[in-house]
Amino acid sequence: MKNIREIALIIALVVAITPFLNAQKIKGSDSVLPLSQKEAEAYGKKGGKVTVTGGGSGVGIAALMDGSTDIAQSSRKMKFGEKAKLQKAGKKIKEVTVAYDALAVVVNNSNKVNQLSRQQLEDIFTGKITNWKQVGGANMKIIVYSRETSSGTYEFFKELVLKNKNYMSSVLSMPATGAIIQSVKQTKGAIGYVGLAYLNKEVKSIKVSFDGKKYFAPSLANSKNKTYPIVRPLLYFYELKNEKKVKPFIDFVLSQQGQAIVSKVGYIPVK
Amino acid sequence: MNRKMFRGKKYFIEALWEGLLKISGSVTSIIIILIILFLFSEGMGLFKNNIVEDGYVVAVNSKNKIENLSPQQIKDIFDSKIVSWKELGVDVSEDEIIIFRLDDVTNYVSEEEIGENLENLPKILNQILEDNPNMIAFIPESYTKSNFSSKILDLGNIKISDFLSGKEWFPTASPAPQFGVVPIVLGTLWVSLGAILIALPFGLAVSIYSAELASNRLHKIIKPIIELLAGIPSVVYGFFGLIVIVPLIQKVFNLDVGETGLAGSIVLAIMALPTIITIAEDALRSTPRAMKEASLALGANKWQTIVKVTIPYSISGITAGVVLGIGRAIGETMAVLMVTGNAAVIPHTLLEPVRTIPATIAAELGEAPKGGAHYEALFVLGCILFIITLIINLVVEYISSKNKNKVA
Repeated sequence: MKNIREIALIIALVVAITPFLNAQKIKGSDSVLPLSQKEAEAYGKKGGKVTVTGGGSGVGIAALMDGSTDIAQSSRKMKFGEKAKLQKAGKKIKEVTVAYDALAVVVNNSNKVNQLSRQQLEDIFTGKITNWKQVGGANMKIIVYSRETSSGTYEFFKELVLKNKNYMSSVLSMPATGAIIQSVKQTKGAIGYVGLAYLNKEVKSIKVSFDGKKYFAPSLANSKNKTYPIVRPLLYFYELKNEKKVKPFIDFVLSQQGQAIVSKVGYIPVK
Repeated sequence: MNRKMFRGKKYFIEALWEGLLKISGSVTSIIIILIILFLFSEGMGLFKNNIVEDGYVVAVNSKNKIENLSPQQIKDIFDSKIVSWKELGVDVSEDEIIIFRLDDVTNYVSEEEIGENLENLPKILNQILEDNPNMIAFIPESYTKSNFSSKILDLGNIKISDFLSGKEWFPTASPAPQFGVVPIVLGTLWVSLGAILIALPFGLAVSIYSAELASNRLHKIIKPIIELLAGIPSVVYGFFGLIVIVPLIQKVFNLDVGETGLAGSIVLAIMALPTIITIAEDALRSTPRAMKEASLALGANKWQTIVKVTIPYSISGITAGVVLGIGRAIGETMAVLMVTGNAAVIPHTLLEPVRTIPATIAAELGEAPKGGAHYEALFVLGCILFIITLIINLVVEYISSKNKNKVA
């Protein structure tokens, strides 16, 4: 009796798991997660099977290393150390950019400052500039909002804008993008950063320049033609030997329908 | 005969009950002890970690005389706050510090030179370091295994004293994460203290009113409303705090920023109220009618009876309510995370942003790699929280037992 039950349980488990075994697995960045999910849904309607899980870019690349995922989704380029590890394991990796994501620097609507250079942003977020009058604004203390350390956005902003320096310790860290918008909206001296998709009229976005000469507003058009500097690629990594298996899905993501989904989710299409 | 059997059966059932209670009691105690042991054993692993990231080393030119660097110094060097070797007390032929991370290698040599399988990388790293007497490099340990002539700094493990007296919390800083718990522990204490100072008078007032003074009809309205407060999810309190209380505080105190310890205290006080009120009221109601009537018969008025008889009699119940209320305040996560601003700086007043222990654990544990220094540091924070609650409980118990003796 007990044996029969055990066997039945095993069969049930196998039946439940089998579709997932055949399906392609995508794992990694939580920023890419909503996009991959929507793509997988649409792809599923066409008969393909893709399962998507999050965990962070680093987790996805580690999973690619031990072969527990077919595609690693990532919101950053592969680090040199990761490349070195993959090469050591004898794995040839291909990288595909599926979309772009821009980060907008936002301030309170009443703030008169319209533009900031990268150096100024670095000085503000690392605590060297503490008053808005130092960057051409009113005499008002700068209140810096950031995301929590666990967020990929935190790392990306630190790498690209702060050149790997640490944020000052008195930054206010918020658990979600929505909370940053809410706080910037109600705090006069506030500055923060959010994904382009979250930008709305409740806060004011700042024009940014990395060369100190030309300033660009965060917009779809500027991000697309790459004049706006705070843009990161959203990437898929896969092993070259799996190309046949994953190609149909990646082709779908890069197709017109797939890129329309990219715009809908709030990211910038590649084409 | 029949009676004897019946008695035996009854005895058996009683013994069974007793056994069941004993077992469930001891199992629960053992599980609690195991949880605490788990917490501490995970946490203590932190102090076996190197102060730089696992698998990496900090190296300098072989002629550099520097011997030791603290985590703080390493962070300041890589943040360009310390820019010359003189500030560290060593003379190097070129004084300005050059920072080198592995990703910078392509600024010095081309990818071809490194080789397709990175076979030349260890040699190149060594070469770059020896070419630059003023360089400090943060590189993987595996590339320094053979024929590495530059100097690898032996920096030792994370120290308990650094952890307990550190003033900066940068758990993901690279190369040297900063685990300083002072601002976080102080933040927790400030917020909880503020919460209890707000909740206690209100809680006691409401419970006394509802137990002793309110009419039956009013009591029937007040009680369910207060109990309803306990059922609201904490994230809802958090949003309420962020949208209503934070701007209010900003306006009333004319502050630059509204996300402060006080906002956290107010939200926590509201959340702790139902616990305090319900338990304190039950305690007040448990005062025997005879005692109150005796007091009234002796000529004491209603107020005197409440202060001199009812409250002293039920003081242990009231303290129990307060302890549970504090427990809720100290351990609360989500609501605090939303309203206190979470800046890890040492707070001097309640009108500054603070970061609490539970908020830190909740915000960071999800992304901390299991078994790493960051993960273990969060467990140590859990241990500290546990010890704080334990101390508060012991103190309150001591006070209430003293008070009880006085009444008796």
